[in-house]
Amino acid sequence: MTTPNDKRVLVERLLGPGEPEVTCEECFELLDQYVDLEVHGDDADATLPGMRAHLVGCPACHEDHESLLAFVAVRER
Amino acid sequence: MPTQAPRRYGRPRMRVVTDESQTWLRELRDPATREEAATRLHALLLRAARFEVSRRRSSDVDDLATQAADDALVAILAKLDTFQGRSRFTTWAYKFVLLEAAVKARRRAWQGHEVTIDDEAWTRMAAQGRSADDSLATGELLAAIAEAVPRCLTDHQRHVLTALALDGVPVDVLAERLDTTRGALYKTLHDARRKLRAELEEEGLLQ
Repeated sequence: MTTPNDKRVLVERLLGPGEPEVTCEECFELLDQYVDLEVHGDDADATLPGMRAHLVGCPACHEDHESLLAFVAVRER
Repeated sequence: MPTQAPRRYGRPRMRVVTDESQTWLRELRDPATREEAATRLHALLLRAARFEVSRRRSSDVDDLATQAADDALVAILAKLDTFQGRSRFTTWAYKFVLLEAAVKARRRAWQGHEVTIDDEAWTRMAAQGRSADDSLATGELLAAIAEAVPRCLTDHQRHVLTALALDGVPVDVLAERLDTTRGALYKTLHDARRKLRAELEEEGLLQ
């Protein structure tokens, strides 16, 4: 059975973020800088506009971001 | 270009290459130290690759992680001159190996699985959306999207949207099957989403 939350998630997946966003290639180019800013508590979204929207809209880049952030955060501890 | 994001990349202070990064660059460029530095870097990459492959509960962890570390090291050495010091060198290097490991793990997970496009899914979704009684607005929106897909999108856009957004096929897997790139597929997805948003705005269902 499809729950209301499932439907909301599906709508988000189908329509995407609806904001200006970088491409997958630009995302990969900027990902290390974005993650280092996040790890050091800086405002990554203000510094690199368009990244957050792309990470919301692109499942693969979203996963790559989560992986890099998790790995770097563990190593920074 | 699917996007209009302003290009304001990086703060000046992030461009300062750290001592650690300088050391990596110097040792990887110097013929006298290159091999030893590459061996140390490979060990770091292998650890990152194992982390990623294990996190994805993929089979053949050692095999996939080693392949990812090997391929990433080649890519990193080839792109060494493109490192601009906006991050630590190791963070820059890890993104290559984590990407390699993730792509290999996703492709391994889908090995032997056929990617089929079920166009009837949109008809079923339209009916399901309309029958919702606990989330009228979302159900109505979902039904409107499902009805707009066959009307507004090209066959290619519809297939890509169905595979990526509805069926959850990883973009790397679809790119491999269609002999194209992740970026090209995401642009198709982006264009399809933009058309759907415009249609829904016209119908007054989206602001």
